[in-house]
Amino acid sequence: MDYNKISNNIRKKILKIIFDSQASHIGSALSCVDILTVLYFKILNINPQSPLAENRDRFILSKGHAASALYATLAQRGFFPEEILDSYCLNGGKLPGHSTKGCVPGVEVSTGSLGHGLSMGAGMAIAAKHDNKNYKIFVLLSDGECDEGSVWETAMFASHHKLDNLIGIIDYNKFQAFGKTNDILNLEPLKEKWLSFGWQAQETDGHNFSQIEKTLNNVPFEKGKPSLIIAHTVKGKGISFMENKVEWHYKSPNKEQYNLALKELNQK
Amino acid sequence: MRQAFINTLTELAKKDTRIFLLTGDLGFSVLENFREKFPKRFFDMGVAEANMIGVAAGLALSGKIVFVYSIVPFLTMRCFEQIRNDLCYQNSNVKLVGIGGGLGYGAAGPTHHSLVDIAIMRALPNMTVICPGDPVETEIATKLSIFRQGPVYIRLGKSKEPKVHLKTPEFEIGKGITIKEGKDITLIATGNILYNAKQVADKLIENGVSTRLISIHTIKPIDKEIILKAAKETRAIFTIEEHSLIGGLGSAVAEVLAESNNKIFFRRIALPDSFCKDIGSQEYLREKNGLSVEQIINNILQIYKKIYKNEN
Repeated sequence: MDYNKISNNIRKKILKIIFDSQASHIGSALSCVDILTVLYFKILNINPQSPLAENRDRFILSKGHAASALYATLAQRGFFPEEILDSYCLNGGKLPGHSTKGCVPGVEVSTGSLGHGLSMGAGMAIAAKHDNKNYKIFVLLSDGECDEGSVWETAMFASHHKLDNLIGIIDYNKFQAFGKTNDILNLEPLKEKWLSFGWQAQETDGHNFSQIEKTLNNVPFEKGKPSLIIAHTVKGKGISFMENKVEWHYKSPNKEQYNLALKELNQK
Repeated sequence: MRQAFINTLTELAKKDTRIFLLTGDLGFSVLENFREKFPKRFFDMGVAEANMIGVAAGLALSGKIVFVYSIVPFLTMRCFEQIRNDLCYQNSNVKLVGIGGGLGYGAAGPTHHSLVDIAIMRALPNMTVICPGDPVETEIATKLSIFRQGPVYIRLGKSKEPKVHLKTPEFEIGKGITIKEGKDITLIATGNILYNAKQVADKLIENGVSTRLISIHTIKPIDKEIILKAAKETRAIFTIEEHSLIGGLGSAVAEVLAESNNKIFFRRIALPDSFCKDIGSQEYLREKNGLSVEQIINNILQIYKKIYKNEN
């Protein structure tokens, strides 16, 4: 499995559709590509030919603004034809700027407002336990999303009910819309918060494929507890002039920037 | 009404194992029997309504039929965006059961009153809004809600509401029930004030006014046909509800009438657009706001006499 090649392809697709549509959130999409790559090409028990199979693992993109990354990953994995990607955010297209349940096969829930995905994941986890099913539910959150009180309501709920089939992953790229995450509303000590809420938590380098895979292979980290992965990432990862720059939360690349970025990705 | 609801749901849950019940830590002395019978399908979610709606959506996305129980403001307003996105946008099979519609929690104060909930719930795409008028309507609405795909808001009163229907009425979601036929005026009522509306109708009939009484239990989708028929066959329509003048039953009926060619006389009888700061029981607060049986009768009779004079 050539993770580098796959994730580079996904990044190129994200770059193209965001350039074509002049949409936002390229930095937020690029920071979670490597996590999505490992999930969709190694970890998740899924079948693109049978996207609604009863016992599939569920993936919820709670940071719905990174929808371009999810769509590009699903297309790369064969859930739908790549041409559909070209309609992202365009008039009459199939793919809205925030991921919407069923817009294409593989998108499980509608997100876009932060602080919703983990609760829905907990509901799915309860259902799986009740029905004696073994599937897992993976929820990808943003760091800024942890400002939402509802995230912590679910944190309490999930540990109280021992939902060890629920895995939260925080794409900790250290930036949110208007600045650095911990300048705006400090999350630290983040790992300790989750531990004290009754989860088992581990940190990982969100761009190191073998580390991501190893961490995800270890879930649940502890029987009877939900698992939380803090993935340290870089906003805008893979396109050097976008890395760690808050403005790429919103900005769209112009033609020159697009060519520059594409050149960089092509060289990898 | 809440007892009628939980008894019905407990019966349904025996046969239908898809049924789950979540509560926002409310329902003391009401939900215990369900909890005892179906401990694996009952969750006290704690005082955390946003998570409660999200979890309900997650269960529904996994094939469950989820009932969510709380006092109206906490159920509909605290977590409004979760309702819009997780339930309505995804058309999730979740039934919201709100207790204390209108002034049901009278003395508890405005934080517990529910005077704008119909307005906000009926504005949401995919949402069905049902306000049963008595324990009989509550039982049927609960049963039928599980056959209706998507989110349903069931707005209940509280406890000990008298029965309006002595026999099981013909009840279909989206169809009003004509309780009394009449040709002078029509009263259209919804929800927990239906019993009082019936008393008003009885008194008006005693006063020689031929009064039609319609229970509009489903506010969305609204029964246009029954409203337009009343507009054609009677001379005035009054709506009666325990809700703000803005956005509730009165507004829904007004929308139907305004877009028809009918020039019928129409008045909304409802609560004013203000917080109800007086302190007291539901009955006391109704009286403070012109919603007692006597006040409604006098109000209608005055207007009726004027219309009658003008027409003759």
